[in-house]
Amino acid sequence: MLTPEEIEHIARLARLALTPEERARFAQQLSVVLDHAAALMEIDVEGIPPTATVLPVHSVMRADDTPMPGLTREEALRNAPQTDGEFFIVPATFGDEA
Amino acid sequence: MLHTLTVHAARDLLRRRACSSVELTQAFLERITALNPALNAYITITPEEALQMAREADARIAAGEDTPLLGVPIAIKDVLSTRGVRTTAGSRILANYVPTWDATAVAKLRALGAVFLGKLNCDEFAMGSSTEHSAFGPTRNPWDLSRVPGGSSGGSSAAVAADLCCAALGTDTGGSIRQPAALCNVTGLKNTYGRVSRYGLIAFASSLDTVGALTKDVLDAAIMLRAMEGADPFDSTSVDATPIDVDAIAATEPRLHGVRVGVPEEYFVEGMQPAVERAVRDAIAHLADLGAHLVPIHLPHTHLGLPVYYIIAPAEASANLARFDGVKYGLRIPSADLISMYRETRGQGFGSEVKRRIMLGTYALSAGYYDAYYIRAQKVRTLIKRDFEQAFERVDVIAAPVSPTTAFRIGERTDDPWQMYLADIFTLPASLAGVCAISVPCGFDEQGLPIGLQLIGPAFGEQRLLSVAHAYQRTTDFHQKKPSLDQAL
Repeated sequence: MLTPEEIEHIARLARLALTPEERARFAQQLSVVLDHAAALMEIDVEGIPPTATVLPVHSVMRADDTPMPGLTREEALRNAPQTDGEFFIVPATFGDEA
Repeated sequence: MLHTLTVHAARDLLRRRACSSVELTQAFLERITALNPALNAYITITPEEALQMAREADARIAAGEDTPLLGVPIAIKDVLSTRGVRTTAGSRILANYVPTWDATAVAKLRALGAVFLGKLNCDEFAMGSSTEHSAFGPTRNPWDLSRVPGGSSGGSSAAVAADLCCAALGTDTGGSIRQPAALCNVTGLKNTYGRVSRYGLIAFASSLDTVGALTKDVLDAAIMLRAMEGADPFDSTSVDATPIDVDAIAATEPRLHGVRVGVPEEYFVEGMQPAVERAVRDAIAHLADLGAHLVPIHLPHTHLGLPVYYIIAPAEASANLARFDGVKYGLRIPSADLISMYRETRGQGFGSEVKRRIMLGTYALSAGYYDAYYIRAQKVRTLIKRDFEQAFERVDVIAAPVSPTTAFRIGERTDDPWQMYLADIFTLPASLAGVCAISVPCGFDEQGLPIGLQLIGPAFGEQRLLSVAHAYQRTTDFHQKKPSLDQAL
């Protein structure tokens, strides 16, 4: 069972504010999944390469950059929750300092 | 009965000018108005855009143009970006997001003159097996409104089953096209990974995500794949394969002499619903009756598909969903500082299942656990992939169930994520291996709920896979059975 400290640590890494009820529920539910994942520890994977992609791809080299139409500034800002018409507006990164 | 038309039947009518695209589109819009309140298959219906597209299609038809989709009304799972039309991914965090560009698959269908009726409900960010994890409420199964349509493409499967569109786009990461297709008695093709561009698909697990279609028959599945496939400069994992030859599939005689069908013992497990096993075994016997040679095979790592998937997919999801930060698009919960804003926005914007998977993925990728969980899961994924590679040295296709049970009741599994995850036990391995697989209707249980047969082919083996599935469908009529929908009216 994941401890409350572990759950809070993961939530902080994941940038998720969780309610106390969610923390308790996720601790239990994540533990169930991790218990099942323990089956993976019993498999001999000596010398087996990991599969990150099923495709036989290597580094894909793109042709030299060719200019093409992209988003206009207006389009790029259109869905933003807060802008000044030119930039995204975000809260201060360091509290009152900014 | 225009709404019952398949894509190819609709095209035949349009080509002969027996009806117009506007008439066809109106028939679907009326049916959506009547049935969607009960089914909740559509999140967004776009009548004005649809009729405008239909008028344009009629003009192209009048000018003598002919494409496989020209004037045909279809609908799109709400995880695929549609230019100018709200795309929510079933999430509160994107409830008001309007993309400024089309997904490549959508753009290709638009160019061919398909008509878009609207956007279809799904589990939030395609994470789920029931469409209950949607911020816009659950979709209901047209065969029994108290039951789920499967997921995550449950809006797509319900819409095709209830004739609310000719065909629907879906996505399949671990079974999200095949399982809802099975639970709603429609045909669902999960293409080989890379065959259709993922550009413009709101990403869930990038090494697994595929874009495909749910259709009324196998021929439509071939038509939709042909329309969407091909390498795309905007997706470096997209691949040019030999294009699907739709005419060759249409011309297939229902004879399977010389076709070797593998039957994997591991897919007939204790605990599966007896009616499902019976229907799938009957379907396999039917393939033998058509001349196929049945070959008992083993896919020994099948049981590890579930734990491998529930490490890899959440890990990739936790990285992909980091982009939802309340800055560039979507919901923002105002807070005093940036980190609090991120945490509150994501805490309130994401639903339970999405948060659960982000937590799980973050844990699996975190310091001290990365090798133990994530890298190990990727190594076992290799073993699963090799199972299929070795099997396909001996057989042409593999036949198996899609889902261990028929449609379950709404609310039955929402409190127990592991029970929900078990719904995908037979679809996850093909996703992890990146091969192609199709779900076709193969029977009903005692309560009249649909059952699906899964046929699995090797990577880029869709031509053979679709031919075998088409042969099955030409000699059976399960896919033509329709739900009564009296309850929904």
